[in-house]
Amino acid sequence: MNYLYICMFLMFLTTYLIRVIPIGFVRKKMENLWIQDFIYYIPFCVLSAMTFPDVFYSTTATGVEPHISVSAVVATAVALLMAWKNQGLVRVALVAVLVAIAVELVMPMLF
Amino acid sequence: MNEFIRGIKRGFPICLGYIPVSFTFGLIAVKMGFTPAQATLISLTNMASAGQFAGIRIIEGGAPYIELVITTFVINLRYFLMSLSLSQKVDPEMPFYKRAIMAYCITDEVFALASMEPDDVSFPFFGGLMLTPILGWTSGTLLGAIASNLLSPMLQGCMGIALYCMFIAIIIPPARKSRKVALAVVVAAALSCIFKYVPGINMLSKVGGGGWAIITAAILGAAICASIKEVKRRRKAALAAERSAQ
Repeated sequence: MNYLYICMFLMFLTTYLIRVIPIGFVRKKMENLWIQDFIYYIPFCVLSAMTFPDVFYSTTATGVEPHISVSAVVATAVALLMAWKNQGLVRVALVAVLVAIAVELVMPMLF
Repeated sequence: MNEFIRGIKRGFPICLGYIPVSFTFGLIAVKMGFTPAQATLISLTNMASAGQFAGIRIIEGGAPYIELVITTFVINLRYFLMSLSLSQKVDPEMPFYKRAIMAYCITDEVFALASMEPDDVSFPFFGGLMLTPILGWTSGTLLGAIASNLLSPMLQGCMGIALYCMFIAIIIPPARKSRKVALAVVVAAALSCIFKYVPGINMLSKVGGGGWAIITAAILGAAICASIKEVKRRRKAALAAERSAQ
């Protein structure tokens, strides 16, 4: 019982310290142009590296070893297309989930 | 006050997007033996998707504290970069307590929307921005925990893609507008794939729940893009100097 609550506290502490140290203590605006560019690119790079290639494994049922699935690939393609057409976050996420479900339902009928 | 309302409006889509993801977290946590209240408390205190999923897996396995801390640290290290980036987008005079409150909700999506702001991010704006995502993340967890026996495994699996598609919807429109951003997106994705698939290098994605691979891909990708820009800048400066010499 205690183990669980100590673990929960450690998770909180670790996550929060990572977040608070930079913004809490870096007050100087950075002058160096390379560093400015680096910081400008960071959000795009982090999100892109998180998404690819993991998105292709993301529709595996919970508790199953993750593997690339057709439903994930199709849903990702649809999401990319919709994002290209400037559709909003929620709509893209929702349609992708529905497409993945549709593919999962149709696939067993084909093979 | 206006900034606060504007923040809420900007943040609301994130709240909606968080519900399916946190719902899934609630489902899994209860399956692993956590109570709905514990699952919700983890969501409220962490506000971190991948880190939480990995964390409960480790706790369930009864691993030593140090393993939990190291894994959480590695998976969430990207928030360090985001927080550093945000430190450049707030008023240098902003007091520590406001920064400490903002730090709590530096999530991938909240950070992404804040960093797309053309100007500095104010405290009221960020406060509004984080409010509904926190509600969505915690209430979604609670709902998922309560409903854990109602959904089929297939449906649970399919909900996992929602998070990634939100990332796609955040990065693709700016990439379409700016060739520099498009390059950054492609380079980081390519590096991330290399770290997963190329034998030898793929060790990186096997430790720390994939956290190291993401951090390394992102830092390298941003460094490459910043360096390309630096080279172009120097070339331009050299050209201008040459011209003025003539």
